[in-house]
Amino acid sequence: MTTDTDPVMAEDPITGEEIELPADVEVGEIIDSPVTGTELEVISLDPVVLEEAPELEEDWGE
Amino acid sequence: MQVGILYSRIRKDEKLLLGELRERGHEVTKIDVRKERFGLESTTADVGDLDLVVDRCLSTSRSLYATKFLDSYGVPVVNAPETGDVCADKAKNSLALAEADIPTPATEIAFTKEAAMEAIEEFGYPCVLKPVVGSWGRLMAKIDTRSAAEAILEHKETLGHYEHKVFYIQEFVDKPGRDIRVLAVDGEPVAAMTRSSDHWLTNAAKGGETTSFDLDDRALDLVERASEAVGGGMLGVDLMEVGVEPEADTGETGGTGSGEYTVHEVNHTVEFKALDSATDVDVPAKVVDWLEAKATAAAGDGAADDTAEAHT
Repeated sequence: MTTDTDPVMAEDPITGEEIELPADVEVGEIIDSPVTGTELEVISLDPVVLEEAPELEEDWGE
Repeated sequence: MQVGILYSRIRKDEKLLLGELRERGHEVTKIDVRKERFGLESTTADVGDLDLVVDRCLSTSRSLYATKFLDSYGVPVVNAPETGDVCADKAKNSLALAEADIPTPATEIAFTKEAAMEAIEEFGYPCVLKPVVGSWGRLMAKIDTRSAAEAILEHKETLGHYEHKVFYIQEFVDKPGRDIRVLAVDGEPVAAMTRSSDHWLTNAAKGGETTSFDLDDRALDLVERASEAVGGGMLGVDLMEVGVEPEADTGETGGTGSGEYTVHEVNHTVEFKALDSATDVDVPAKVVDWLEAKATAAAGDGAADDTAEAHT
């Protein structure tokens, strides 16, 4: 049984390793891969799917 | 309330906001603008029952179009597209501040490198060249010499997107190693901090050190007027302290604590995670207080419109 405070496990899409995500992770959230430091985007939660996040674009910001 | 969040990337800022909204029992619809289409009369985004939509798009172009289309459907959206239009473009931003008689750094626009060079020579060195659209201090150049100016202008003209051929040239403000960021909602400050760095760019995104800052009456007045000048909303107003002559012994200038300011920019999709950490203010709570008030006001406006239609 999982609880709201349990960490979420997912596969790093670049290395294939299992990585731990915060329990309150959101779709659309950006996670720094603990393995490579690459920015990963949470695509879905059930199942948890990560993809490499889009590169920074020129019009991003405030 | 039912609130929509326009986004393409959930940063810590959005997580803080989502957390506060949900904690208060509000129903949140996340709208990933990358997955939606916006037609002339309707959108694939599920916005029909929303009391308010909050624009948190990281991409300026997406922010401007998505808010404009939602506004055209009659969906209440903050910030308003008119505010985004002014704030997203540094030239329009400077012009709006100047038109409202708010002190802002001297600025010129030029469309060719020859005209830009003339402006730079008139400003003298150092001066600053910025892209009209951009953020986080990216592609900003402090120009110290004529040869540097020639190189940068040629690069921009040759390699740049057409927007980089709109040369935005500004006086260099010798600030005291820090500037001031104020988060304000319709002109009322939520929190303020300084951003300090040994580098001439002090943006938090560039690693500037942040510290809570108490606004004096002059700063409060400028923040209120700057907000009004760009159309109001949830804004990041950036000020620099000015007005102190160079110290005789150190030559230092800038004006820490001088009580005089210049407003160099107002930002319309403001980040607040650094402010939340740097100050004792519960920034997300204050922001959600304001969103609740906006939703209530929008509902009132809608009811008034319905009544007016019923009488026609």
